[in-house]
Amino acid sequence: MSIDFIVHEAADGVGVVVVEGLKAGTDCTGWIMQEDKTISFKILSDIPIGHKVAMKDFAVGDTVFKYNTDIGKVVAPIKRGEHLHVHNVKTKRW
Amino acid sequence: MQKTFFGYRRENGRVGIRNHVIILPLDDLSNSACEAVANNVKGTLALPHAYGRLQFGDDLDLHFRTLIGTGCNPNVAAVVVIGIEPQWTQRVVDGIAKTGKPVAGFAIEKNGDLNTICAASRTAKEFVHLTSEYLRVECPVKDLWVSTKCGESDTTSGIASNPTVGNAFDKLWEAGATTLFGETTEITGGEHIVLSRCANAEVAKRFQFFFDRYAKVVDDHKTSDLSDSQPTKGNIEGGLTTIEEKALGNIQKIGRKAPVIGCLDKAEVPTGPGLWFMDSSSAAAEMVTLCAASGYVAHFFPTGQGNIIGNPILPVIKLCANPRTLRTMSEHFDVDVSGIVRKEMNYDQAGNALLEMLIRTCNGRLTAAEALGHREFIMTRLYESA
Repeated sequence: MSIDFIVHEAADGVGVVVVEGLKAGTDCTGWIMQEDKTISFKILSDIPIGHKVAMKDFAVGDTVFKYNTDIGKVVAPIKRGEHLHVHNVKTKRW
Repeated sequence: MQKTFFGYRRENGRVGIRNHVIILPLDDLSNSACEAVANNVKGTLALPHAYGRLQFGDDLDLHFRTLIGTGCNPNVAAVVVIGIEPQWTQRVVDGIAKTGKPVAGFAIEKNGDLNTICAASRTAKEFVHLTSEYLRVECPVKDLWVSTKCGESDTTSGIASNPTVGNAFDKLWEAGATTLFGETTEITGGEHIVLSRCANAEVAKRFQFFFDRYAKVVDDHKTSDLSDSQPTKGNIEGGLTTIEEKALGNIQKIGRKAPVIGCLDKAEVPTGPGLWFMDSSSAAAEMVTLCAASGYVAHFFPTGQGNIIGNPILPVIKLCANPRTLRTMSEHFDVDVSGIVRKEMNYDQAGNALLEMLIRTCNGRLTAAEALGHREFIMTRLYESA
């Protein structure tokens, strides 16, 4: 089975798309590396290779975890399956 | 991993993997003469740079440490130094001479460019004859000094190419080699992880000192949250969203086993084997130039979006896991670890592939950056000249 996105750890709120040309509405397969598990769901946005997909719904002010560690705060609501990037997440530093 | 490689054992016992005769300018004014000498004498390499006039204090100390460290690097067999005046030129010559390698200095004042170029070219030619007869000898892997820095990272760096370096670093540490990482601001968000890896409280305190010192530079000069600079535009294009995310990917390069044995200021030289941290810029050419000045002889450079950097004296081994980058600019990469993102290769296999390329590079294989002529020699400045 080919891998469309990768999640570092099961506790993470994001996965990383590792194939080119992924379109909204596609049923995708993800690999959770640490636990070596596979998951599947439909993505809701066109997401370029390397960019992140939300693994759950986020509200403004929520913290996003990757590597099971804080990578920033949500500044616009995000639904599971949507593109998560600089338009809806910002650093908490600097 | 192979236990030995063939390198050049220098007068001071250190081992190099290249055999360069460099023509080193003390200052910006001397670049022209250095390039003329390198043109006259084949097999030499000029290292032009932009600085060296009216610097003072810590910034001047760093200038000398960088030039002397570059000349002392075991990948360099012999050095011709050219400066506008004799006193600071001699300071660089004296610093390099401590290694026991051939070094000579020339000053332009009272001679002019043409007489200087003539005299320096004759000496450079003698150095080429002498050093071109040096032979490679079999050396243990523990004699290797290997640095790392990533560039134009993306999310595949944290998934694949950076953990590959981490796996290789763990194995080099077990073999007794001397390794190094840095990029101070790019640890922001993961500093607690580095602190937890420090060998003792003293090392942790030193790391915190360097981290806080660099954070103050950012705080003193920033006009925004740095989201126009760090992550870079390339990082963002590659999917990295925040400095914290970038940092957590970055520190995958230090592996999981080795304690951080000590922390160095810029271009300082390690005093023993193990994993070292060096305070440094996260800009690729600046950081790799500092690694060369610290005495490192090979460099692991993982990239996601395709940073193309090289260095004149320090071979930069480039690895990548992003299938699009590997497809569109393949000539820049030495090791393809994209199998990890397809679940066709694990970290152990990827680390071994990188180590195999390290040994081949040590034995003489030119890296992609060397073959393409990338010789970025960029000195770090701390503040304005007087």
